[in-house]
Amino acid sequence: MRNLWWLLFILPFGAYAASPVHEYQLKNGLKLLVVEDHRAPVVVSQIWYKVGSSYEHNGITGISHVLEHMMFKGTKKYGPGQFSKIIADNGGRENAFTSYDYTAYFQMLEKSRLAVSMEMEADRMHNLTLPPAEFKKELAVVKEERHMRTDDNPRALTQEQFDAVAYNNNPYKNPIIGWSNDLDNMTVDDVRAWYQRWYVPNNATLVIVGDVDPRAVYKLAQKYYGPIPAGKVIPDKPRRETPQLGPRRVVVRTPARVPYLIMGYKVPVLRNDSKEWEAYALDVLSGVLSAGRSARLPRILVRQKQIAVSADAGYDMYSLHNSLFEIDATPAPGHNVAELEQALQQQIKTLRDDKVSEAELDRVKAQVIASKVYQKDSMFYQGMVLGILESVGLSWKTADEYVDKIKAITPEQVQAVARKYLVDDHLTVAQLEPQSMDKQPRRKPHALPPYSHQ
Amino acid sequence: MRFRPILTNNSQSLPMFSKRILPFIILLAIISVVLFYVLRGQDVVFHAHKTAGLDIETWQTDNGARVYYVSAPQLPMVDIRVVFNAGSARDGNKPGLAHLTNTLLADGAGDWDTNQIVSRFDSVGAQFSTTAKRDMAVVSLRSLTDKDWFNTALTTMAAILQKPMFQQSELARERQRTLVALRNQQESPDALAQLAFYKALYRGQPYATPSLGTKDSVSALNRQDVMDFYKKYYVADNAIIVIVGDVDKAGARHIARELLGPLPKGDAAPALPRVKALDKADTIKIQHPSTQTTIWVGQPGETRTDPDYFPLYVGNHILGGSGFSSRILQEIRVKRGLAYSAYSYFFPMASQGPFVMGLQTKNGQAKEALGLLMKTLKDFMAKGPTREELEDAKKNITGGFPLRLDSNRKITEYVAMLGFYQLPLDYLKTFNKKIEKVTRAQIVDAFRRRIHPDKMLTVMVGDFDSHAAPAK
Repeated sequence: MRNLWWLLFILPFGAYAASPVHEYQLKNGLKLLVVEDHRAPVVVSQIWYKVGSSYEHNGITGISHVLEHMMFKGTKKYGPGQFSKIIADNGGRENAFTSYDYTAYFQMLEKSRLAVSMEMEADRMHNLTLPPAEFKKELAVVKEERHMRTDDNPRALTQEQFDAVAYNNNPYKNPIIGWSNDLDNMTVDDVRAWYQRWYVPNNATLVIVGDVDPRAVYKLAQKYYGPIPAGKVIPDKPRRETPQLGPRRVVVRTPARVPYLIMGYKVPVLRNDSKEWEAYALDVLSGVLSAGRSARLPRILVRQKQIAVSADAGYDMYSLHNSLFEIDATPAPGHNVAELEQALQQQIKTLRDDKVSEAELDRVKAQVIASKVYQKDSMFYQGMVLGILESVGLSWKTADEYVDKIKAITPEQVQAVARKYLVDDHLTVAQLEPQSMDKQPRRKPHALPPYSHQ
Repeated sequence: MRFRPILTNNSQSLPMFSKRILPFIILLAIISVVLFYVLRGQDVVFHAHKTAGLDIETWQTDNGARVYYVSAPQLPMVDIRVVFNAGSARDGNKPGLAHLTNTLLADGAGDWDTNQIVSRFDSVGAQFSTTAKRDMAVVSLRSLTDKDWFNTALTTMAAILQKPMFQQSELARERQRTLVALRNQQESPDALAQLAFYKALYRGQPYATPSLGTKDSVSALNRQDVMDFYKKYYVADNAIIVIVGDVDKAGARHIARELLGPLPKGDAAPALPRVKALDKADTIKIQHPSTQTTIWVGQPGETRTDPDYFPLYVGNHILGGSGFSSRILQEIRVKRGLAYSAYSYFFPMASQGPFVMGLQTKNGQAKEALGLLMKTLKDFMAKGPTREELEDAKKNITGGFPLRLDSNRKITEYVAMLGFYQLPLDYLKTFNKKIEKVTRAQIVDAFRRRIHPDKMLTVMVGDFDSHAAPAK
């Protein structure tokens, strides 16, 4: 492999420089970020609240997501469903999403209609009515959503069980959609309290990307969000995970056809990383394993050894709490999960024992540099990066540093984080052990043969 | 950078999210129909257009491939999409052949083995992919336009299109991977419903073939099958190429020549036969150990060039195609909380793609929900949309026009659709006008002529056994 470093330098700076971000803060604490993108006469508006499932406690899991659904159920001024109807009448598209560390609402519109969405979004920040009859129906909808996403999906079930076992007291142990028990017992008053606690301007970031003038957007924001009083945000207490003292295993037995494996190692994330480079090194490490089809997992496990039909690594360094460096894989016919795990462990060991090659590192870096350009093709994505960073307590400026920080990572650093973090004592393994999907009586666990497709 | 959560309407435009992050969630208030297409892996054909300005230039290569070029100089990148009329509708009696051929293209070509090919793409940050659906076999590249990097990506793609090796070892591996994917489908109620739906709807016709094939058919596919398929369908006369990005016209000409010039002219695939209408209603129930029953109801719908396209499009927008403002979601979800998603869509293809209505609900509520779905359709057909509904739909469709082509990715997707189905290039310019002209009477007339609620195919996947007995 030729060394591509020199190419990284001749690429025009503008090719991967971030678009300029205009930052404003309203008196009530609302932060506004505006990015100009004049490629099409449209605008994307996103409001990000610093609340999600990682803020929840036992008994009320899933409440951030239920609240997100209820945000479409009306204010004093705009009744249930009116928000969506008005956006639709303006040719807009809208939706919302809830994650571990944030809840966000967005509209995409022709650029002249921004005021329409901003007026209504500001309104529902503090005027939500939460009608009990609507709550009852929407809770039923959310339960159906849980059935669809998790209960009837063996891999999602495995992931849910994995998370619950991997963590002791880190809130990522709970599913975003909530445990069934908690959904069954949720009340509209719980949701109201949650809304009042977190939905205030000083706990939110407004991100606007599109064919707009930043000053004009700022004025609009002042007009619509300005009058909303700041709230008193009582910060959540720390949720630091108790140290893990040895490997953990969980087996999930449920009707399914294909075995599946998830492995996860406890790792720091950028905001809690005292050294900072470690998070970037872990990010590069996940790239060495699975960025592109030339990465190690597809090359060695899928194509060379043919022990897996798919294998992926993932690490999210932009989260609020420390998380996991995860690998998931599906065994190839003729191999069982134990063999697959052994092969993956071997790959981890190699990362600890040997430095990665410069050529591999260059491939990861080239993909990072290119992605930085590609992501500018989507206004939505550009906004999303800023919103996530602000919501997890990092500055949006972190996005600008990303390419340079990744470029600075050395093979020694990659090996160092592999040695420090990818260790057995911090490992959790989950395996999906498929049970018959027909209506046969379930066999006794000890009588199960080792799985194989043959 | 990777973030845990994902699943937005445009997950396609989030390049650095790894596959493993996908199940990690973002819980949306509602899943759009477009997202459903994406999740189902069907040909995603966006109804996308731009007011005045999308300037498509078109020509043919010397050997007959049609070229569609759009200049987009704002970002130093280019999207290239080559589409062959070589989807699973061409499988004949070898289901899975189109998919396997398409998958194997990049696994060794020209002077390079699989590892060299993927390294070449990754080393220049290029994103290369192949996919085969019912109509189309697609080969896509996204690359930076930096000269050296782009050239590496382009020469690699050229080898893939012109000199795939189809090695026995690679074929054996991909066959195994496909067999696992087929088993995996059996875990998903929605995948099971879709398979059964297409199989029964198009019984004995090209669209009945499952794109991945079946266990038996895939096991039997061999190298000769793949090479024959490639030789017949991966030819210039059967191809279009779309180029969108920071290249000038001379650059686009060069790209088209490099990629397709050396291909034999060959023959365009013949038109698919007209799909037979269903002659009676039918219900298929598939037992599955799930908490919900997944329902697909429908019939053959329309082609991409259908004369009723606009009334059916606007009508369906009101019936079940526009999320919260549509009747189906109102009746099923908003008024009664019966399901998270409930929708209807036309999926226009080369021949009559399906009209589908669908939802998923707790097993015990399946009957009620299905009844409501049918009632909503019949009511809509009896009286048509209200004046206000029609006005709102038009406002939504025409007012959101600029959103439909606000990225290179959407433009590429859209132009590929136009080119593949040979729609007129002024289609974009006239689109809003055609929407405006649709009347209530036209919608009612088109639905009554085309949609037959008494002859629909219903597929239900769920746990019927447990719900046969009264709950205790």
